[in-house]
Amino acid sequence: MRLTDLSTKTSRWFDPNVPLSDIVVSSRIRLARNLAGHRFISRCDDEEKQEILQRLKEIILSLKELGDIAFIDIAGGSSIERDFLIERQLISRNLAIGRGPRGVVIAANELFAAQINEEDHLRLCVLAPGLNLDKCWEQISRIDDCIGEKIEYAFSRRYGFLTACPTNLGTGIRVSVMLHLPALKITDQLKKLFASAKDMNLTVRGLFGEGTEAVGDFFQISNQVTLGISEEQIVEDFQTLIIPKIVEYERIARDRLLVKDANILDDRIARALAVLKNARLISSHEAMFLLSNLRMGINMGRIKEISINTINELFLLTQPAHLQINKGRTLNAEQRDILRAETLRAKLN
Amino acid sequence: MQCEICKTKTATVHLTEIINGQRTESHLCQNCAQKEGVSVKSQLSLNELLSSLIAAHQHTDEIGDSEISKKACPECGITMEQFRKQAVLGCPKDYDVFEDDLKDVIEKTQDNNLTHKGKIPAKAQADPNAQNENRDKIEELQKQLSQAVKKEDYELAAKIRDQLKDLQ
Ligand SMILES: [Zn+2]
Ligand SMILES: [Zn+2]
Repeated sequence: MRLTDLSTKTSRWFDPNVPLSDIVVSSRIRLARNLAGHRFISRCDDEEKQEILQRLKEIILSLKELGDIAFIDIAGGSSIERDFLIERQLISRNLAIGRGPRGVVIAANELFAAQINEEDHLRLCVLAPGLNLDKCWEQISRIDDCIGEKIEYAFSRRYGFLTACPTNLGTGIRVSVMLHLPALKITDQLKKLFASAKDMNLTVRGLFGEGTEAVGDFFQISNQVTLGISEEQIVEDFQTLIIPKIVEYERIARDRLLVKDANILDDRIARALAVLKNARLISSHEAMFLLSNLRMGINMGRIKEISINTINELFLLTQPAHLQINKGRTLNAEQRDILRAETLRAKLN
Repeated sequence: MQCEICKTKTATVHLTEIINGQRTESHLCQNCAQKEGVSVKSQLSLNELLSSLIAAHQHTDEIGDSEISKKACPECGITMEQFRKQAVLGCPKDYDVFEDDLKDVIEKTQDNNLTHKGKIPAKAQADPNAQNENRDKIEELQKQLSQAVKKEDYELAAKIRDQLKDLQ
């Protein structure tokens, strides 16, 4: 598997042909694990990191049920390759900027990633399009069992899985759901949502932006507490309670917009389409913002001639590292803005 | 960093809010944050919460004994002082070595939970020591429980009873 095999297509987790995917883009579950008998990453020298990397890599590559998989060496890769993997949500920024031997095992379908020597020795991750946390949990738990039979994890009866940061202690689980919430944003209800999320010990962060800023109304909502609540309980809360409630709020906000402010809504969507179809130079920030409006327009039935799949594809293809990998060379900011505008015009006209 | 309100004390409460895609930050000391009615726990992101907790902890240590922060883990050499700076531990043993120091941090970041509930890996299930570890823990908690009752600290007693329930 080579990166260029992935770079011209959208990710499987961005598949729009699943229920609720107009609002719930994707589900992901991550498990943090460390090996018994080794120090945590911050206290490992390169030799120890290499040993951990080698062992985990061999075990994971030998797992049959993962299908077509590949190891990508992060320490040896270029910064564009690392950024590319971040844009596809297969590695964290933390792994990209880390030091010493480290890497990631990725399934060819991009629905599984195992980061080695990130903050913990092992960070397993399973993704699915739409709201499908039950399936994610079933898969990741089975993979975790297989690895746990071959290697001894750092574990105590009292504290569960021992992690480098106490915020992951216990189950080491992080359940995250990526949501597209443009109507809650337009109707100014996000602050309310964030406040109640915090009361429920949930984290909300913006996606596709640089740093923590949200561009294009995509948000990721995750659990904070990892100790004292079972994995199944957290998954069930997300799957049956938390996410359906947010989806309901977003739907109500969309319906209300259609009834009360259809003109404003249509104007916004039409302007977005006009700019995306005609711009000669466009920044990543502006493209994300306008694509988000367009995505809302298609999902609300206001635009019929463009498929949601095209939009999802453009979210990835117009990201800086994607542009450069597909062009086959590094580009400066202006060159990227030109190429981004070309890519948009080609797909939308 | 100085507190934005009183401009004298060190800011330990860092608030980040995203409103309409605009990020605003404010930095306050514990006192001013309280006066502003900021519920520290509900406003902070996880990492910010952790570093402010660690910073608060460090402060009490400077007044009290500094021995605790000098104690090093025999396995990896980390001290609590270093943990407070990096927010990550050095090895799995640290959870035993610095049990008392970490309890506070764990309790506050984990919604007052102190006992694991959930998956147990295959190798730990097969390990007879793990069973013993559990029994030791229960005995220890029962001891703590009777002491708490003796001291008429019923709040603590209730907490210990809950922990026992989880283990049994
Ligand atoms: Zn102040
Ligand atoms: Zn240690």
